[in-house]
Amino acid sequence: MNKRALEFWVGVFVLCGFAALLFLALKVGDLNPGGAGESYRVSARFSNIGSLKARAPVRAAGVTVGRVVDVDFDPVRYQATVSMAIAAQYRFPTDTSASILTSGVLGENYVGLDAGGEDSLLADGDTLTITQSAIVLEHVIGQFFYDKAQEGANP
Amino acid sequence: MAEQNSGAGLVVGIGGWTVAAVRRTGAATIFMLRVLAASGVSLRRVRLTLREIYFAGTLSLVIIMVSGLFVGMVLGMQGYETLQTYGSEEKLGVLVALSLVRELGPVVAALLFASRAGSAITAEIGLMKATDQLAAMEMMAVDPVARVVAPRFWGAVLSMPLLAALFSSLGILGAYLVGVSLLGVDEGAFWSQMQAAVDVRQDVLNGVVKSIVFGIGIATVATFEGFDAPPTAEGVSRATTRTVVHSSLLILALDLVLTGFMLQIWGH
Repeated sequence: MNKRALEFWVGVFVLCGFAALLFLALKVGDLNPGGAGESYRVSARFSNIGSLKARAPVRAAGVTVGRVVDVDFDPVRYQATVSMAIAAQYRFPTDTSASILTSGVLGENYVGLDAGGEDSLLADGDTLTITQSAIVLEHVIGQFFYDKAQEGANP
Repeated sequence: MAEQNSGAGLVVGIGGWTVAAVRRTGAATIFMLRVLAASGVSLRRVRLTLREIYFAGTLSLVIIMVSGLFVGMVLGMQGYETLQTYGSEEKLGVLVALSLVRELGPVVAALLFASRAGSAITAEIGLMKATDQLAAMEMMAVDPVARVVAPRFWGAVLSMPLLAALFSSLGILGAYLVGVSLLGVDEGAFWSQMQAAVDVRQDVLNGVVKSIVFGIGIATVATFEGFDAPPTAEGVSRATTRTVVHSSLLILALDLVLTGFMLQIWGH
């Protein structure tokens, strides 16, 4: 085999390989907010986060605007601290509220943001004060049975 | 007395085997360092390495791509069967992409590469040794490690991540063909759920890191077995078998260790 043919086929192989890597990175991996690009950090405290994990999406009006970066337990307040990276192009008022929601019945937990009405905007490092914890199914069922029992006791 | 003898013989056998195994591992490690130290030539004379990339990489393209496509198609069918019982068949893209990019791509491509290219490297170097070509080089003051071994080592190391990426990509396309075109999974959901779940750094990049480590492992085992083979027909044939067996075991063991590290460090 002459040199040019060999180099041509090695070139074909290397190009195929890099095309595959590019395909994996761009089409399969999709560079998303929190993973790359400009973002700012916001944290929020919840009394219960359900099964929220790092990398869970942060959504506003159903649109993914960021990612959960870290979930930690605050030993002083006995609450969970969730820090989120939100893409820089999405700005929210300071009185925005965060709640932990579930996508579908069996879906994973995510953080939902509801924008407030303040004029000042959230900056890097701010903390969201209005939060709503995850609904724990066991508590809901327990409450339901408790109510039923109450109804039965005083009809 | 005889029983005692056979009992002692067993212990001696185990001990001897262990000493031999440790010695061989050490010899292979030293050999790898020797190859690395002698790599200057193969990197300066690029054409030597290019030729090996052709034999190890380009000629493995067909088997890697066809296997990737078939593995992806099977994953698509099996995943669809299971997922549709929970009514979540649109998660098919996530299932297939994560299993391929994280595990199956690097591991299966490496196993195929070890049997396709690793065995060829061992047989070639072993035969060169058996026919005294390596000794002839030394007589001419040409270091056979730098001239023969290092280019093959680097050819294998450089080809491996590209082949693994191709395997994963073709697998995902295979699952797409089966899932979306044949079984009717929603196309938008297939891609968007996949993109939401697959992380470029934690999944794609970790897969590439794995395949590079596997490439180094295969290249070390294959070149060492070839260089160390007894210079007879039987010796070369045994060395070739050992390359496939040992590098396959090495790949699976390394995969366990790497997966442990990656999940521990970057947690899920």
